[in-house]
Amino acid sequence: MKKLGIYIHIPFCSNKCYYCDFVSFPKFNSEMDKYIDYLLLEMEIYKKLLDEYTIKTIFIGGGTPSYIDEQIIVKILEYIYKNFDAKKVEEITIEANPETLNEDKINLYKQIGINRISIGVQSLSDKLLNAVGRRHTTKDFLKSYDLIRKAEFDNVNIDLMFGLPNQTVDDCIETLEEVIKLDVDHISYYSLILEEKTLMNRWYNKGKIVLPDEDIERQMYHNGINLLKSNGYKHYEISNFAKEGFECKHNLLYWQIEPYVGFGISAHSNLNNKRFWNYKNFKDYYNMLDKRLAPVCGEEKIDKKMEMAEYLIMGLRLIDGINKDEFRNRFNQNVEDIYYDTLIKHQEGGLLSIDDERINFTAKGLDLSNIVYVDLLP
Amino acid sequence: MQNMKSKNIRNFSIIAHIDHGKSTLADRLIEKTGLLTSREMHSQVLDSMDLERERGITIKLKNVRLNYKAKDGEEYVLNLIDTPGHVDFNYEVSRSLAACEGALLVVDASQGVEAQTLANVYLALEQDLEIVPIINKVDLPSARPEEVKQEIEDIIGIDASQAPLVSAKKGLNIEAVFEELVNKIPAPKSDDKAPLKALIFDSYYDSYKGVVSYIRVFEGTIKPNMEIKMMSSNKHFEVTEVGITTNKQIPVKQLNSGDVGYVVASIKNVKDARVGDTITDYNNPTETPLPGYKKVIPMVYCGIYPAEGEDFNTVRDALEKLQVNDASLVFEPETSVALGFGFRCGFLGLLHMEIIQERLEREFDLNIITTAPSVIYNVKTSEGKILSIQNPTNLPDQSEIEYMEEPIVSTSIMTPTDYVGAVMELCQGRRGVFKNMEYLEETRVTMYYELPLNEVIYDFFDALKSKTRGFASLDYELKGYKESELVRLDVLINGELVDALSIIVHKDKAYERGRKVVEKLKEEIPRHQFAIPIQAAIGSKIIARETVKALRKDVLAKCYGGDISRKKKLLEKQKEGKKRMRQIGSIEVPQQAFLAVLKYDE
Repeated sequence: MKKLGIYIHIPFCSNKCYYCDFVSFPKFNSEMDKYIDYLLLEMEIYKKLLDEYTIKTIFIGGGTPSYIDEQIIVKILEYIYKNFDAKKVEEITIEANPETLNEDKINLYKQIGINRISIGVQSLSDKLLNAVGRRHTTKDFLKSYDLIRKAEFDNVNIDLMFGLPNQTVDDCIETLEEVIKLDVDHISYYSLILEEKTLMNRWYNKGKIVLPDEDIERQMYHNGINLLKSNGYKHYEISNFAKEGFECKHNLLYWQIEPYVGFGISAHSNLNNKRFWNYKNFKDYYNMLDKRLAPVCGEEKIDKKMEMAEYLIMGLRLIDGINKDEFRNRFNQNVEDIYYDTLIKHQEGGLLSIDDERINFTAKGLDLSNIVYVDLLP
Repeated sequence: MQNMKSKNIRNFSIIAHIDHGKSTLADRLIEKTGLLTSREMHSQVLDSMDLERERGITIKLKNVRLNYKAKDGEEYVLNLIDTPGHVDFNYEVSRSLAACEGALLVVDASQGVEAQTLANVYLALEQDLEIVPIINKVDLPSARPEEVKQEIEDIIGIDASQAPLVSAKKGLNIEAVFEELVNKIPAPKSDDKAPLKALIFDSYYDSYKGVVSYIRVFEGTIKPNMEIKMMSSNKHFEVTEVGITTNKQIPVKQLNSGDVGYVVASIKNVKDARVGDTITDYNNPTETPLPGYKKVIPMVYCGIYPAEGEDFNTVRDALEKLQVNDASLVFEPETSVALGFGFRCGFLGLLHMEIIQERLEREFDLNIITTAPSVIYNVKTSEGKILSIQNPTNLPDQSEIEYMEEPIVSTSIMTPTDYVGAVMELCQGRRGVFKNMEYLEETRVTMYYELPLNEVIYDFFDALKSKTRGFASLDYELKGYKESELVRLDVLINGELVDALSIIVHKDKAYERGRKVVEKLKEEIPRHQFAIPIQAAIGSKIIARETVKALRKDVLAKCYGGDISRKKKLLEKQKEGKKRMRQIGSIEVPQQAFLAVLKYDE
């Protein structure tokens, strides 16, 4: 049986954070029940197609999945268990915001089989949280974290951000030190990306906010890496750190170009050498499903050349990079026969490290990965 | 139509300063004679190149035949010969004027007489043309038609009392233009019995017919199967078709003296049918050609190179295709250390250069890199040889040069008196020598300066416009050469000399130019993995330096819910940007960086 990841998109939240450009509709409570009905309808359409797969991971993302009624989450997972082969599922993650969690909710998550909670913390400075539009405080987080641990969740991730307006290197380090003390299992440490349509971008362009300059921002990253590594976390992807054995299995599917299917508006899938993605608005999504059609609005066929490029581009995000033998096994070609010039150029330029077995980014390469990626694109 | 007596023919041009509404008036005349319905009319039909329409200027002239029934009850044939409106194309203007008996002088009712108005009027007067003034744009609130009439009389010295007041845009009073035209402009003289004497005023290449030449027949007749001879080259060809141009080309049996039309004679290259040449009967040639033929000489040169990933041969093919239609474009292969194989191209002026660049990019979809424009310098070496240098790279070592000469142009700048100070400052800054100043009226003057051409080609026109809020206008012509202290300014990027960025400048200007060039390059060159020094040098002496800081971060921190397509799109955009770069050593230099040496930013 082939293994598959499932992504469920919950496009609801309590409010839009200033940096967020995900498809999510704040306080659209009236739409939730209808949406879930259609979500199940969408899964039904895929039942046949996914016959030959066994589900390895489930990731419930958003939006803020913990914002909606926990019974809805139960309904979704029960549907999956009933209609797909989920006997061997290894990891079920739900994304949660601290202020939306309570004891009952957490316990129910546990009962229904969720075994990993990913908390959107971003920072442990209330001032910074407020400045980027988060609704929780450090206290809220500590409280919910305690409940999660009490419910015996043994795989918890915390999302953190650096490069926020007025953030200092010290702010970042303090937050990381606190989180390390809490003994969390997995930490995502993201550099802020200003997305075009966000409030924050507008403020930035108008000069209303100031972001740390590039040198400071890189210091936040480099110092963060050093601190986490020296505290037993493995830096395993550009922005991700985990204790041994706690790497996110679902995200690894993305990075290793393995099949996954996304359900819900705007969700992306990768299946049978095709990438495809759903409509981003409710209306088109519903209309397609009313006709019992997959609510897909676009697709990209992935030929071998593109698949190889994707394999390298995504694979190099991993700190261990790619294994040359695995590449040969997958594509029946040597990676060096295809990308010789690019590999040599960037090895000489100090961005790539290449040995007999593996190809991976150097520390400098991690900062400048796009330079290599651009050359890898077909 | 063909046998129209020559007394009912009027051959005329429209002359005007840029933007005074020449093309709009032409449109209106065409429309009123019913040649095209207004639905068929693109705005400005004579400017058929996209580029011309966008820039609102006419580059290649064309002609069109109109029929008009005048108030005197007679049918007239009106041959409108369009002229290019820019100083770079003065020679072409003069040849099309030579094909006419008269010219409509269009003057903007708000702007009044400007430098190119005058320059074109003088060209028309040289050809002894009857000038019929037309006051255009009278519908605008700022119009001052009576004052402008007075200006025309005072400055140009022709009677403007009868000048029709029109709005070409609104179609106002166009009838009056026709009547003035018919009544004032003389009919062509004709002598069908004499040996053929016809003037080529434009030629273009048609892929089916070969070269098509627009001609004005002065004496004799021309018809198919006739053997003709080009008097400048003595080459002869057999005529396959003659005709007239309305909204399309209509073949006719014969063109008579006084007629304007086209001739096709299976000519393969426009070089063999040059503008200004005289066509005669091979078997019964006329004794003397029409006066005024000259082979146009390029004034400005630059290198054109394929950008990264572009093929040398496709660039050559494109240049050849353009040259087929444009005898004034010259090019030859050259090699640059920085840019590899490319071409040195010669142009009539800066506008001509920009037009060719844009046509290569738009019509041929090419990615090209243009080096800084240069004029032709004369160099006397210590061995006594005289060299003619149009590529700075070829300049001998300073120690081998006895002296250098640079081309000087006589310029006339017309400006409101308020800006006299600003213009003087600009011209002096550009090594200009003041010659004379004439008051045209109380508030306007013409200033005469002699300026080095190499100063004029660097952004002079833009600077003039910005310093005078667009009011000043410029005209220039080559005066001659003058000894001058010139040096070659080199640019080093990451320690490597980039020959394509070298320019020849006056010694006193070198420091300032050097500093500006490196500052500009610093802005244009993207950051790399390492810091990049940019230096300006004269010989081995560094005179200016800037550094492009190393790039510290170029990374996508997160991939969104498996949305890899979006990530790839961002990378592809980045890759697209790289395509417009040129690799020099280990540095990627964007195309526009090569223009950095072009702009003064005053």
